Amino acid sequence: MRILVAGFAVVVLVFPAVFMQSQQTQTYRAPRTKDGKPDLNGVWQAVNTANWDIEGHGAAPGPIWQLGAEFSEPPGLGIVEGGPIPYKPEALQKKKDNFADRMNRDPEIKCYLPGVPRAMYMPYPFQIIQSTDQITMVFEYAGALRTIYMKHSDAPADSWMGWSNGKWEGESLVINTSDFIEQSWFDRAGNFHSDELKVTERLTPIDKDHLNYEATIEDPKVFTRPWKISMPLYRMVEKNAQVLEYKCVEFAEDAIYGKLYKVPLK
Amino acid sequence: MNQRYLMSTGAAALAITLMAVWPAPPLAAGQGTQVLKSGEKAVTVANNGTPAKPYVAPKTPDGVPDLQGYWTNNSITPLQRPQGVTKEFYTPEEFAAAAKKQADSDEGRITAQVGTVNDVHYDFTQFGLDKSQTVLNGNMRTSLITNPSNGKIPPVTEEGKKRAAAKVAAATPRSAQYDTVKNIVIGSRCIYQGAGPPMLPPGYNPGYQIVQGAGYVMILIEAGHEVRVIPTDNRPHAPEGVRSWLGDSRGHWEGNSLVVETSNFNGRVAFQGSSENLKVSERFTRTDANTIKYEFTINDPSTWETSWGGELPFTKMDGPIFEHACTEGNYGIMNTLAGARAEEKRAAAAAAAKKGGAQ
Repeated sequence: MRILVAGFAVVVLVFPAVFMQSQQTQTYRAPRTKDGKPDLNGVWQAVNTANWDIEGHGAAPGPIWQLGAEFSEPPGLGIVEGGPIPYKPEALQKKKDNFADRMNRDPEIKCYLPGVPRAMYMPYPFQIIQSTDQITMVFEYAGALRTIYMKHSDAPADSWMGWSNGKWEGESLVINTSDFIEQSWFDRAGNFHSDELKVTERLTPIDKDHLNYEATIEDPKVFTRPWKISMPLYRMVEKNAQVLEYKCVEFAEDAIYGKLYKVPLK
Repeated sequence: MNQRYLMSTGAAALAITLMAVWPAPPLAAGQGTQVLKSGEKAVTVANNGTPAKPYVAPKTPDGVPDLQGYWTNNSITPLQRPQGVTKEFYTPEEFAAAAKKQADSDEGRITAQVGTVNDVHYDFTQFGLDKSQTVLNGNMRTSLITNPSNGKIPPVTEEGKKRAAAKVAAATPRSAQYDTVKNIVIGSRCIYQGAGPPMLPPGYNPGYQIVQGAGYVMILIEAGHEVRVIPTDNRPHAPEGVRSWLGDSRGHWEGNSLVVETSNFNGRVAFQGSSENLKVSERFTRTDANTIKYEFTINDPSTWETSWGGELPFTKMDGPIFEHACTEGNYGIMNTLAGARAEEKRAAAAAAAKKGGAQ
């Protein structure tokens, strides 16, 4: 009986693998870690303007006129696939209100944790530290961190960065993240979600220095259907590439508390 | 729920655990490490006095010692040996008494009068701030400092004394501490909560998660979600000008140990009055399945006449470590500043009324 089962398993498991290989001869095969998984270790960064607006956008002035060209919005093609983000009507209105009141509402101004997927395309590097049971992503922005649990477990509570369980599918690391609080945004344009957000990410090496990143966004409270973002992530190839310490809390204090000082900031 | 009842059961549980554990194993003077989990069965990983086989740490797939998992350095051992104590190790009975003293002090903090600051600030039993609620390292030492052998920080240099005096002179007067957030201590502002190095027990949330990828060791410090990413590929330090709160760490493996050298501190933490020339060496060694022996050496000729250091155990604990989003929930600062402004308004109104009444 045991032999029979084993034989069956071989047929089921090996046949599709052979089939897929013949179908995808063009697929890049990443170098392996010592435990045989695609090696995603490294310092990575998105090179786009999605943190300003994940949808395509033209150049625009920034919110602080004194900063002139230093903090104006550069244009970008966006990372959302297949048309505009499918907001429910009332949610679209909230997105517009968010943008209009972004100086008070954008969590990035306050150095709050970025959430997912925003952490992945903020204009700062992040490092993947890949082990067998856990993979961590350490983000320069705010010292944010994600643990991807390869041995799955349930979230003890909702959080800013959510709870991520991962698995390997061929060359891809597939991550399911949920159990978010509703306070993080997708970008500076006011794109937002609720606490029902679920993000399914797929990180696939496409050559030795690039990962393809895709994420499916589901949130029935806010969107009419699931939608997708995609972009490449670039390896920082500098020999001394390093995620440095960027504790922005201190730099956000005047913005958060300035009106409450004995001599209030204007 | 009656707070006093809650706490006294907590303290009782600790006391019972202590009593149940201490007299039992014949500890070789101070060599053992006991792991206590209040209210649960105590686990003893003590060296029982017989010479043990040298422990060989498990290896990662990359072939280096595996330090991964969840750890705590929760401890009641003071950094410096207390006044009047001359010996290096407590007896089990003395240590039990010291642990009880700590538990009583925790109790004192939560059985405060209803309506006082201590009563409403934190419920220590509710949030696990009470040290007796988590795994406690039963380090029998009378001080974390082992070098020099008197257990005390060595004498401060002239330069160090001058710097300390200048700091006192420049300190914000108490009356101005709520004028702006800048006058409030760094820890309360969620900027830096003493993650180190050296990684000494913080006030609360003494949890650590270690994950190793090829050529790197990552240590997540629960308090304030501080992260140390330590490369072990022999790269040079970041340039002199790149200064930070946690410094710039470089590691390498020596047999069973991870050895880490850290420099490039921004000098603002001033660990025990140190300068920005501080260099910290650390050594992490798995000594058994449940313990990492953590040794640290402090080197700062601008502050101390000699280098000094010590050791403490990191003990395995159950995970996971949860997200400590500190600034995101820091209503304390907002309320403190708003309260100070309201206070000023009230005082001004009272002064105006008094002036009006006198006329």
